[in-house]
Amino acid sequence: MADVTANMQRPSPAHASGPKPRRAFSRNNIVIYGILVVLAVYYLLPFYVMLMTSLKGLPEIRMGSIFAPPMEITFEPWVKAWSTVCTGLNCDGLSRGFWNSIKITVPSVFFSIAVASVNGYALSMWRFKGANVFFTILIIGAFIPYQVMIYPIVILLREIGLYGDLGGLVLVHTIFGMPILTLLFRNYFSSVPEELFKAARVDGARFWTIYLKIMLPMAVPIFVVAVILQTTAIWNDFLFGVIFTRPDNYPMTVQLNNIVNSVTGVKEYNVNMAATLLSGVVPLTIYFLSGKLFVRGIAAGAVKG
Amino acid sequence: MSQSGKPTGLFKNLSAKIAAVPMVLTALVVFVGCSVWTIVYSFTNSRLLPSTKWVGLDQYERLWGTRRWLISIENLAIYGILMLILALVLGFLLAALIDQKIRFEDGFRTIFLYPYALSFIVTGLVWQWLLNPEFGIQHAVRSLGFETFTFDPLYNTNTVLYGVLIAGLWHTSGLVMCLMLAGLRGIDEDVWKATKIDGIPAWKTYLLVVIPMMRPVFITTLVLITSAIIKLYDLVIAQTGGGPGLASEVPAKFVFDMMFVSQNLAQGFAASSMMLVAVIVVIIPWAYLEFGGKKHG
Repeated sequence: MADVTANMQRPSPAHASGPKPRRAFSRNNIVIYGILVVLAVYYLLPFYVMLMTSLKGLPEIRMGSIFAPPMEITFEPWVKAWSTVCTGLNCDGLSRGFWNSIKITVPSVFFSIAVASVNGYALSMWRFKGANVFFTILIIGAFIPYQVMIYPIVILLREIGLYGDLGGLVLVHTIFGMPILTLLFRNYFSSVPEELFKAARVDGARFWTIYLKIMLPMAVPIFVVAVILQTTAIWNDFLFGVIFTRPDNYPMTVQLNNIVNSVTGVKEYNVNMAATLLSGVVPLTIYFLSGKLFVRGIAAGAVKG
Repeated sequence: MSQSGKPTGLFKNLSAKIAAVPMVLTALVVFVGCSVWTIVYSFTNSRLLPSTKWVGLDQYERLWGTRRWLISIENLAIYGILMLILALVLGFLLAALIDQKIRFEDGFRTIFLYPYALSFIVTGLVWQWLLNPEFGIQHAVRSLGFETFTFDPLYNTNTVLYGVLIAGLWHTSGLVMCLMLAGLRGIDEDVWKATKIDGIPAWKTYLLVVIPMMRPVFITTLVLITSAIIKLYDLVIAQTGGGPGLASEVPAKFVFDMMFVSQNLAQGFAASSMMLVAVIVVIIPWAYLEFGGKKHG
């Protein structure tokens, strides 16, 4: 955690490693651990219940408690949620949404980061007249509710023939990812020593050469943070998915909501929970694998440099 | 940055300007252009399609006379105020507890933050299931022998918002914890030494010394949560669908339904313009505090 403060380009306190010293065993400690464990239950319970429910058969769900572990473990709900559950017109399960989400997320992450990193680089090293005006608009734009801009964007996309298309959605994600990512990269590149940039300039390197040969390799850690940030955000998006794609291109979140909140047929709670877990697999995997980098992404996004 | 060269004026820094075209377009066309477009069209009588017939403030008058909009606003206000207070309190509590040089710090942090990695849709659906009176927590407690135990917030118009709040808090408080923890770790340890020598109890130090010192962190967190609250949409869609009745309707959902479901565009434009006004009311004082006096790098 200490690296969170250190990475915000603030003077990092040398003693950031920990708070006041305390005795090892005390009544305080018992109270602290007690509260932490109780709170941990609140945070873990939904995950536990999701998992347990998804492994039970329907009769067992009707009979028993949601907190009880399954007497008989079955993976059928998972299979059904993935491959045969019906959403609206088609009955090929969440797998369709999964692949749609992949098709949306991969190019969106790529383009949003490519554009924003160049923005950040240009803003920190090649400041041109008026650059800061656009940057300020961009940052303010991050706070404008999407609802205000969404309808004119629909019209614009329709004009250029991308409305309902995956390409249109990728464009929208690139646009709305720009403020936070540009800020992230601008702050990062601002901390690069100026001498390095000047030396490259003296050697005759130009805008794109410096970016590709010097800045890009140096900025790998911040690219990783950006990928984590964007993959999670885009995978979890619902609003843009509903508005800018057609039903057969719906991302996983939209499809999941349609499955669980559909009013027709018998409610299959175990399939619903398996589907819910399935949609959470990608962001959770990223979260657990990335560890401190995830936190760094949040902190970098949250704290203005 | 100084330029080494001959080109001047428009062609100075040409590559950088070309590279910045997407940013300039986004800023001008989307953030400024689209917002202005929506505001302008909120003064027209657009219904199924945008129309240019000017009707002045009619749409706003109608909006503030619409029951559903008033309920949405009231819901958002109640949810927002409670969410702000509880998220700050819970987030700070978690951060302060984790900051006590505890064992398994990473483990606890991972547990408190993981909901933030999940989507609001997943969050809403899980809590819909947990709060299901037939099978969820209510059922489990009843089968322990407490036959009259009632906990079905989502099925009661008076309590449905609190049901959404429980889920929202579960999702967001980990983020607040992270920000607060970064703030706590930034506080000089000498502060703790000094208060300890003076014999001031820890809770008093937190309340009177540490929290005032963390003002910037609190303000940033406040702004972040508030702008997220105003956008509240997915969670409600997944958990309650706005029901029962209109009991958990929110402005973002009102806008969406007006624009894309009931083909009442101008009402949607007017409502979204009101949302923009709400955000401006929050952002301007903050921007003034944050960037007014000092200059940031």
